[in-house]
Formats: sequence, structure tokens, C-alpha cells
Amino acid sequence: MTSTRLTHLQSLEAESIEILREVAASFERPVMMYSIGKDSSVLLHLARKAFFPSKIPFPLLHVDTTFKFKEMIAFRDRTAEEYGFDLITHTNQDGVRDGINPFDHGSSRYTDIMKTAALRQALNAGRYDAAIGGARRDEEKSRAKERVFSHRNASHAWDPKNQRPELWRTFNTRLNPGESMRIFPISNWTELDVWTYIYDQNIPIVPLYFAKPRPVVERSGTLIMVDDERLPLEPGEAPRLETVRFRTLGCYPLTGAIRSDAADLPSIIMEMQASRTSEREGRLIDSDSVGSMEKKKQEGYF
Amino acid sequence: MTLAMATPDTNLDLWLSQQTDKSLLRFLTCGSVDDGKSTLIGRLLYDSQLILDDQLASLKKESHNRTVGDEGIDFSLLVDGLAAEREQGITIDVAYRFFSTDKRKFIVADTPGHEQYTRNMATGASNADLALLLVDARKGLLTQTRRHSFILSLVGVKHVVLVVNKIDLVGYDQAIFDQIEADYRAFARDLGFQTLAAVPVSALRGDNILANSDRMPWFKGTPLVPYLETIEVAQDKAAQPFRFPVQWVNRPNLDFRGFSGTVASGEVKVGDDVLVAASRKPAKISRVVTMDGDLHSAVAGQAVTLVLDREIDVSRGDVLAHAGTVPEFSNQFQARLVWMNDEPAYQGRSYLLKVGAQIVPATITDIKFRTNVNTLEHVAANKLDLNEVGTVTIATDRAIAFDPYADNPLTGGFILIDRLSNATLAAGTISFGLRRAQNLTYQSFDVNRQVRAEQKGQEAQIVWFTGLSGSGKSTIANLLEKRLTAEGRHCYILDGDNVRHGLNKDLGFTEAARVENIRRVAEVAKLMADAGLIVLVSFISPFEKERHLAREIAGDIRFTEVYVDTPLSVAEQRDPKGLYAKARRGEIKNFTGIDSPFEVPSAPDVTLHGGQEEPAAMADKLHDWLKI
Ligand SMILES: Nc1nc2c(ncn2[C@@H]2O[C@H](COP(=O)(O)OP(=O)(O)OP(=O)(O)O)[C@@H](O)[C@H]2O)c(=O)[nH]1
Ligand SMILES: [Mg+2]
Repeated sequence: MTSTRLTHLQSLEAESIEILREVAASFERPVMMYSIGKDSSVLLHLARKAFFPSKIPFPLLHVDTTFKFKEMIAFRDRTAEEYGFDLITHTNQDGVRDGINPFDHGSSRYTDIMKTAALRQALNAGRYDAAIGGARRDEEKSRAKERVFSHRNASHAWDPKNQRPELWRTFNTRLNPGESMRIFPISNWTELDVWTYIYDQNIPIVPLYFAKPRPVVERSGTLIMVDDERLPLEPGEAPRLETVRFRTLGCYPLTGAIRSDAADLPSIIMEMQASRTSEREGRLIDSDSVGSMEKKKQEGYF
Repeated sequence: MTLAMATPDTNLDLWLSQQTDKSLLRFLTCGSVDDGKSTLIGRLLYDSQLILDDQLASLKKESHNRTVGDEGIDFSLLVDGLAAEREQGITIDVAYRFFSTDKRKFIVADTPGHEQYTRNMATGASNADLALLLVDARKGLLTQTRRHSFILSLVGVKHVVLVVNKIDLVGYDQAIFDQIEADYRAFARDLGFQTLAAVPVSALRGDNILANSDRMPWFKGTPLVPYLETIEVAQDKAAQPFRFPVQWVNRPNLDFRGFSGTVASGEVKVGDDVLVAASRKPAKISRVVTMDGDLHSAVAGQAVTLVLDREIDVSRGDVLAHAGTVPEFSNQFQARLVWMNDEPAYQGRSYLLKVGAQIVPATITDIKFRTNVNTLEHVAANKLDLNEVGTVTIATDRAIAFDPYADNPLTGGFILIDRLSNATLAAGTISFGLRRAQNLTYQSFDVNRQVRAEQKGQEAQIVWFTGLSGSGKSTIANLLEKRLTAEGRHCYILDGDNVRHGLNKDLGFTEAARVENIRRVAEVAKLMADAGLIVLVSFISPFEKERHLAREIAGDIRFTEVYVDTPLSVAEQRDPKGLYAKARRGEIKNFTGIDSPFEVPSAPDVTLHGGQEEPAAMADKLHDWLKI
């Protein structure tokens, strides 16, 4: 290497690696949230780089809401096997017992129980003092406000009006008993950065990101993929095959697909550049109300 | 001139390389409350077409009953993302936003103007290359304008644009702009900004943002965005001294031990001689490891794992540097602090200090003064309240490696942490290290050997080499001196040949003369050790009695007798100065080993087997034994 200036992606990568190492060195029981989406794939790749030739020195945690796309679960297990990291999965068994689902209980109650409460359970059970997540500041307005090392009180709540100052790259990683930290190593990446990095580094991602004919139903303008028989069809409604893909992945009944022919990374990047909507548009849980993300985060959502 | 930009559909790889070749500018907006910082950022995002349709729709809904521009949007809502901010119409914490133009990528931190949230402004400023300092054209410079300017200068932001906003509300009046610019230039004169530009704008209406506004034909400068696209802020961090704060010891198995971290400045190559800043232990870089394969070198900003050629003690918090350009290592320094907590800073309080990956207990030993942010005057103070800026001296419980902040922000910037609540209390920048002799207990000791030696960070001592002519004493002493000097020690070699040319020129080789020779050298060695030096004496000193005498003269000074045990046959064969040959021919009398005896030391501290081992290996062995 003769050039002394790092490219944009190189400096983003280095910044994230530094953050990941700081977590490993500063906390007793760190864990990395693994949501199986593109951001998690990037995070996993960065963690492998950060600690090479050592293995990733903390486990990966997947909160399984039981309504994830089947392809996501298959990808998760394949990836865990290929890279040999320590994978922990957690499901809120109370929710399973009560048969909580997004259809009968509404998206917000379902998310509260199967995602937010489940996450709290898992973090408490593992006594994790640091949880690494793949959120980015460009995703949403309240995320744009969050620190890289984001402090949580003993009930996992974020206090947005009272965040610790964060100077340079000198992170205050100290906690009192019961408190924890959420850490966002790819805070400063944009969606475009993520895609170009995936392309540049050839990082495997769930095939749902690529367009393919899939069975969908259209509900108030949103395309929902019929991933299994649990999705109740309305009278007269029948799944039809459409060529679609996903910009973000979550629970299949709450994730809108987009009509697209983009079947490879170049076409996805191309399509994204031309797009006039944000990636979160397809997420049904964020559009409930302005400020809903901030509220969820105060309750312990990632 | 703009290069024709590729589009992703015509040529993805070309397009991508144009994207990654764009340079990145990190900047912040700051200034007093309500001066229009958030509105300006919203405007920049909107004008660079970053607001997508779904966001625009919800924004228009929300802008109802708010101050809006021609587009029907309250632009500040684009960045004020917290519920409390939207309710109160002020910014509370930094928002980070991202946008790019054909020429550059930008990360902008929109910071709050409200005094209560000054710490969040400092947060935004600490990673920025440039600041947009906003001023409301109707109000001119305010206390917060000045406070923010001072904090910019403290954290080392070198490029400032004075943005005179709301110019629409003063009838686009040039006189008002000129006055504010003149006031500000006068105020900022001593703040150390490298560039300072001024531009009149209306964030709400979009004047002088992308292009020169028709409403201000009198303004001949560059509009805001083109200015941001072209200003050169890059510093050549790779050209600075090499600093590598070790973050994490990478030890997957017994065969690999590497040190992971990010190169803070400079460049490091395989084969480079490096030192641990604290212990001054030297090593060579044997590998620069990444998952993508080993590299030959790494430059500032790269996150790598360094492997050294030998097992030395290195742990998290240590700083690796090149021999010769090591950082300061001290437990006292002067610094500037921005205090960020409701509970004031007091002299004598103990806090935790974090610089790089080092965390140590630290005490504010003296608050020298507080700076009045309006006048920049120094005011006597015995505490620092929330949002005050002061100059202090700090003592850490153990010495730490650092650089002055002006030389290297990553090794010279620190935070103070409360030992009980763990809150971040202050941001600090180190001005310079204070050596022991300058410290506060200055009067309480006499300057003696120990003080002088401590000032040099070493134990004063004498290392006495004895052995036949040609046994390798001087070679080993030289290697040892080189290594110790590289580790920051202060040494001096007294060599038989050299001393005989000067101080002992009058002495011959009779037995009495030999004793006097040794006595003088031992006395000189003692004086030098008393001055705090590590003295390496390389003398044949063949007689046990003389060596005893030397040890006696040294008194309580550490004295190490090193016997370089090289067989006569080997020494004679080497005969570097041709002396053995001359002695054999009888041209020199009383030559040790030939016609004068060498008394083998009965109890040397260290014996080195010349003729069996390489000089470098022996020097290393001795170095390890001495544990200097
Ligand atoms: N007429 C006019 N009004 C403006 C302009 N810029 C901002 N404003 C108005 O000034 C008010 C304050 O704007 P903000 O952008 O919230 O100010 P701020 O500097 O971000 O405030 P804090 O972050 O709370 O310090 C809003 O009502 C804006 O609409 C301008 O150029 N012209
Ligand atoms: Mg604001």
C-alpha cells in the first residue's frame, strides 16, 4: 500500500473494528445481536476481522420471534456453522405459551412481547453487560441522536435527554452494577455504504434481498409475503406470485416487500440510488407514530 | 470542474470507485440557541435531495403551525429527532446526518445552542474538521457564540465558517453582515483557526446555500455548499511520529501473540524498531496482520494486529512508538478542561482519567485559572462549574504515555470519569508534561543522585566490564549502550583506550600506574553515576584487588561486575589492534595474557562467554540480567 489516505469504506471499516475491540477489552460479558439482516452480516464480517486470527470472543444472540422468514433461519444456521461462532437463540416462552402473534394481538403488542421483552429476558439471563447492535444513524431520526456507546439503566432504558458526552474515540465504558451498554459499531455507515461494502467484500446475505417470484398478498398498499400457513387470508384473498425483494428483513407478517427485478448486488445498488423512499418504509412497526422508535428504545428495544 | 459522474447502471465499478474516491468532510453546526443550525442542516439535506418521498410527506404534516419556508417545511424537524426537542423547538443532543454531493461526502453533527447542553456541542466538535458557526443577523455575537468558538479552538477545530443567518430578517443588509464579520474576526484572532470564512445566508429561504443569491448581489464570496465541497482540511497524519495504542492482546493460541489496535498516527513497517512507551522495552515488528492477509506496513487510521519479534511485556493501554520519537511518559501534566457536570471540579478531588486505552486514577492538583469565554481573560478560580473552561495541572497515580494535544489529539485528549457514578465529567486536552522537578513538592527534597536519576527515569549505576584485550568488552558495552539509549536511558561509556589518551595520559603500565589508572576511572565513574547516569566501564582491569577497589569507591551505587570470559587463544587470534603480535615480538611490555597475568574474577556478577556467543546475544543477555 503506497497511498496514505484510506478510502471511505476503509476508514469506516477501521472505525468499526476499533469499536468492536474496545467492547471486547472493556466489558466482562459482551454479546452481539445477530438479526440475520444485511447490517448484521456486515457486523459479523467486521467482528471476524477485528479479532482475527482469534475467534470472535463473544457469543452472537438471535431473538427469535417465531415469525422470522424461514430463509432467515436457514441462513442463520448455515452461517453459524460455516464461521463456527457461538450462537445463542432466545424466544419469549411466555409469549409462545400465550400464543402471541401479530394478527390477533396487533403489531405493537406483538413487538413488545416477542421482541422488546424477549430481548430484555435474554440480556438478563445471560447477564450481558454490553450488547452490540447493527443500528445506523442514517436509519431514523432518533437513531441519529444516539451515541456509539449508549448507556442503559438497570431496566435497559435509554435516557435520550441525558446521554454521556462522547469525545473523540475515547469511550467511557464504565458501568454501575445492573447497568448495561448498547454499542453501535456501524453508527456512521449509510445504507449505501453497507451495500457497497457487501459488494466490495463479497459478504453473504439472505437471498430474500434479491428479487425472485414469491407468493404475496397486497394489504393497504403493502406487499406481504405468505411465508407459511399462519398468515390468515382475508375472504377472497389469494397469494399470487410476484417478483419482489426486501430492503430490510424482520418478521414476515410485518415486513413489506417491494416489486423489483434486482436479482444481484449491482442491480440492488442501482435501484437504491434511484429510489425515492427510505428503507424503513417497509417496516410496519416504525410508522405507527412519529417518535415511536424513540419510545421503543426507551423501553429497551434496540 | 466536475468530472462526468458515472451512474450505477452504466458502469457499477466505475461509479463505486468514484464514490469511494470522494473525500469525506466531517463538520458541525454550532452557535447560540435558535440561530438556525438545525434549519440549516435540514436545508442542506433537502437541497441535496436527500429527503425521500415518505419522509417528505410526514415532514409536511408535522410542519403544521411552525415557521416554514417557501417549501412549506420546518427544516429543523429533519434533524431534531427527539420528542422533547420537537415539543420545545430546541436541539438537546447532537444529530449526526450524512449527505453527499458529486464532489464530497459529508458527516455533519448538528449540535445544540442551549448553554445547558454545551457538553453535547463538545461531543460533536471533537470529531469534526470544520465548524459552521451560526450567528443570527439580528442579534450578532452572543455569549454562546464565543463559548462555542473557544471550545472549537480547545478541541482543535482548525477551519471555521461564520454563517450569518436569517439575513432575510434584516433586509439582506450588507452593513449588518460586514459588522458581524468584523466583530468576529477581532474576537477569533487568537483562537488559532487556520481558515475563517464568512457567508451571509437564509437557511429558511435557501439564500447563498447552493449558489449565490440574487437577493445579495453584494456578496462576492463562495456560497456555502461549494465552499464546503472544496475546502482542504486534510492533515497528513501518516507523516507524524508513529503511535499505536494497544487496545486488545490477540492471543488465539500459544503460537500467536499479537497486539490489536488502530494506528493513531504515523506509519509502521515490518522490521521497524519499536518501543513500549512505558517500559521502554524494544522489539522489532515482525508481522502486520489482518484477516485479508499480512501487510508490509500500516498507516494512521488502519486497524491492524502487530506481532513483535520477541516476547516482551505489552498489554492494553501500552503505546508502541518508534525508538527516538517516543511519546512523553509522566505522571503530571498541564491541561485544559471543559467541565460537563453539575457537580463542580475541585482541586484535590480524585477522578478516573482515560487517555487512549489507558485508565488511571488522577487528581486535579491545581486549578490555575478559568477562562472567561466572552473576553478570553484568565480568571482566578478554585473550582470549575458546569460548562466552564479552565487550565489545570493533573497528577495521575502512575505515569502514562501521552503527547501534547496539539501534536496528536488521539494520544493527547482525555476524559475524566466520576469514580462513583461513572459519569463523564470533563473533556481534557493535554498542553504539556510537567517533570518531577517542576512539581509542587519542589522545595521538599534536596537534589541528590536519586532525584537526578529519577528525572532521567532510571537507576544510576556502574557496569564494570573486565576481560582480556580483544575479549569483546567494548563491543558488548557499545551494543548495550545503543539499546539502552534507544530505550530512553542516559548512558556513558568509559573505555580504557580513550581514557588513557586524555585523563590518564600521564600514566604508564607499571603496577603503581595501573592501580592509579583504575582508581581514577572508578572515581570518574562514581561522579558520573552521581550525576544520574548509567556508566559502562570497559577496562581490562586484570587484578582482583583493583576491581575490589573500584567496587569500594562506588560505595552504595549499584555496581555490576561483568566478566567477558574469552579464551586467550580466541582473543589473540582476533587481535583487532595487532597488540598481541607486538607483545609476542616483545615490542610491548607487561601485556596482559602474555607477560602479565589476568586474574580470573572470583565472583563476577555476570559471566559472558565470548568466543561462544555473538556479541549481540551477550548484550541482550546482560540487558535482561540488569533489568534496567
Ligand atoms: N426567517 C428566518 N428564520 C429562520 C432562519 N433559519 C432559522 N429560522 C428560524 O429560527 C428558529 C430556530 O431555528 P432552529 O434551526 O431550530 O435553531 P437552532 O440553532 O438549531 O436552535 P438550537 O439547536 O436549539 O440551538 C426556527 O423557527 C426557524 O424556522 C432563516 O434563515 N430565516
Ligand atoms: Mg438545533
